[in-house]
Order: sequence, then structure tokens, then C-alpha cells
Amino acid sequence: MSGTDADVIDALVGITPGSPLDAIRARRPDARAHAQATYRALFAPESPGAITAQERFAVGGFVAGLHGATAIAAYYAARLAESGGPAALKEAMDAAIAEARSEGPYGRYPTGPLSREDTAGPSYRMGAATRRALGPRLAAAFEHVHMLVFHPRDAEPAALQALLDAGWSTTDIVTLSQIVAFLSFQIRVVIGLRTLAGRP
Amino acid sequence: MSDKVLVPPQHTVPAAFTRAQLDWLPWLEPLAVDAMTERHLASLVDAARVKSPYFRLLARDPDALEARTRTDKDIFYNPDAGLPRAERELAAAATSRFNGCVYCASVHARHAATYSKREDDVQRLLDAGVTADLGERWNAIVAASVALTATPSVFGPEHVDRLRKAGLDDLAIADVIHAAAFFNWANRLMLSLGEPAAAAGP
Repeated sequence: MSGTDADVIDALVGITPGSPLDAIRARRPDARAHAQATYRALFAPESPGAITAQERFAVGGFVAGLHGATAIAAYYAARLAESGGPAALKEAMDAAIAEARSEGPYGRYPTGPLSREDTAGPSYRMGAATRRALGPRLAAAFEHVHMLVFHPRDAEPAALQALLDAGWSTTDIVTLSQIVAFLSFQIRVVIGLRTLAGRP
Repeated sequence: MSDKVLVPPQHTVPAAFTRAQLDWLPWLEPLAVDAMTERHLASLVDAARVKSPYFRLLARDPDALEARTRTDKDIFYNPDAGLPRAERELAAAATSRFNGCVYCASVHARHAATYSKREDDVQRLLDAGVTADLGERWNAIVAASVALTATPSVFGPEHVDRLRKAGLDDLAIADVIHAAAFFNWANRLMLSLGEPAAAAGP
């Protein structure tokens, strides 16, 4: 299983032993170790439950693609291929990224004084061809993922019902939410540290 | 499969960003305390969190929860140099304000105010939003957090330069990056698995 033991953030930033960023990350050793432990828990879990490795990596590639993080999306696409994901799944993931890209965060607040900060933006409804290619379970997940990535303050119970209806259990939804939320962290750490390294 | 979405009890939705103590009501069933295994309980890290429906819900994936919590604690509590605690909390509050997480913003605005003693500035961030003028050092930290939080991120070398000019060394800048990045993780869980409620009156 390549890619599960080497530190993923180090690899994506291009941190080499003895470099200034290696020293900075070493000052927060638990954050470094447990960001990696989170990656393992979500992408190479000891007990995978009902969510397949291909589903996990497809969601990962979709989240990174929505962030416009090309190299990180390529990393997850490579893991998807390693886990036996067919070319058609990768193509459907890429099609979904092209359909769903937007700019966030936007969304609504509960009616009241904050309503003046409401910002309109799209809710993703997947195209029919992409939906067929992904299947109902992953299609429902991707529509939810789009909301989490771009307009999380629009979250509502109905979004969770849509996942339950598509066969995601309560525990599956917790894991799916962690995958998206963790990647929202990992992608920003990589972008931030890469920018810092580029400004010696 | 009997899993279902929960209907929260009658409650008052917070009308604005606030430093007041809020409750959080889950939309999915947390684990029942007496159904939790040793592994579930250990994943809480702090035993007192067994009282929290948020953490008992996340404990359904215990390995992810435990690693999340240990990442969180080192980013915010590690006392070894870098960014002062108050300003790590400021980055968390600014990120939460920008994403629109009223619950997360309440907790971390309280912490930012407690550690900085700058209650008025923290309240201005909550009331006016992330463009509030909080003085150049705090403005630089808020602007960097917001740029990194945008999707796609618009964090660039100009943010690093501005933070350095404001007196942050590279470890402190890495702390800003991690604090803002972490709240992009936390906000998405808090916002999408339940909702905030004004605390029940006395």
C-alpha cells in the first residue's frame, strides 16, 4: 500500500528532511503526526465499514478538484487508480468537477439581521450522464460534498436525508463528512506551506 | 436501515454572531453513552466530552475523531513559541466568521477575547465581519485566514509578506496557516451535522 505511510502533507508540499519547513513542522509534532493519522483513518482505515476505498478516493479527488488544487487532485486520482478504480470512474469524477466548480464561501443565514450578508450561489444538481456513470450512492455524496466545499452554511437536515435515502448510514455520513472536512484542512495546509516555502 | 434525521427540539436560533455560550443540536443520532465501547470513549480524548452530542456523533468514526482532536490540540495549545494563543484563536474566529459558523465563532471569539483582553476588537470582528479594522497586526492575520479560507484559496506571497511585516516569524505564520486550515475542517462538521441554539435561559 504505497501512499499510506509517507507523510502526505510533506509529500504534497515537497518538504525534504532538514529543510526550513521540516524544522517548522517538527515544532508541532502532534499536529504533523495526527494529520497523517487522520489521513490513514479516512483513506486506509483498519475497519473500512461500508465505504469502499474507491469511494473514499473518488470523494478526495472531487474535493481537491473543486478547490482547483490540481496536484492534490492528481494525488487522489492516482490512489483511486491504485485501488482498482476503473477509468470510467475517474472520467465521471472529472466531469463532475467540471460541472460543479464554483467560488465560495456563499450561502444564506437564518432570517434576521444576518440576512444582509446572504450571498447567492448554486446548489449542485449533477447532470444525468455523470449521475449514471457514478451511480446513485456516489452521486448523492458528490452533491453533498459540493455544499460542504462551497456553501456549508446552507446545510440543512434535508441534505442528510438525501444521503440516507441513497444508502449512506448515519456512521457513513460521519465518515464522509470527515473526509471532506479533513481535506478542506489538508489542502489549505499544503497551499499555505507551499506559499511560505516559495517566499524564503 | 433505521437511521433517520433528528428533529431538534424547540429552540431559539441565534440571530447574530455572539460570544455568548451556545448549545449545539445534532441532526443525526449521536452514540448513546451506554452503547459506547472502550474505543469510542478513548476517541473522545477528554473524558468530559462524553456529555457533548457533537463528540458522541463524531465518535461513530473513532479513529478519525481521535486523530482530529490531537491535531486540533497541538495547533492551538502547543506553547512552544510561534503565534500567541490569542492570535491562533483570532484566526479560528475569523475563519468561522467568514464561513458563517455561528457556533464555532462563538467559542473561539470567547477564547480570543479571553487571551488577548481585546473584547472590543473581537466583538467588532463578530459584528462587522472580516473587513473590520482591528489594527494592522490583527488585520494581517484575519486577511491571511480569509484568503486561505476562500475556495479556491487566494492565499499568496503578499499575505506572507504582510504577516512578516507585522512581526510574525515563519513558525508564527505556519501557526496562522494551520489555525485557519483547521477551522475549515471544524466549521464544515459543525455546520452540516447540526445547528446552534441560544442556551436555555436560567
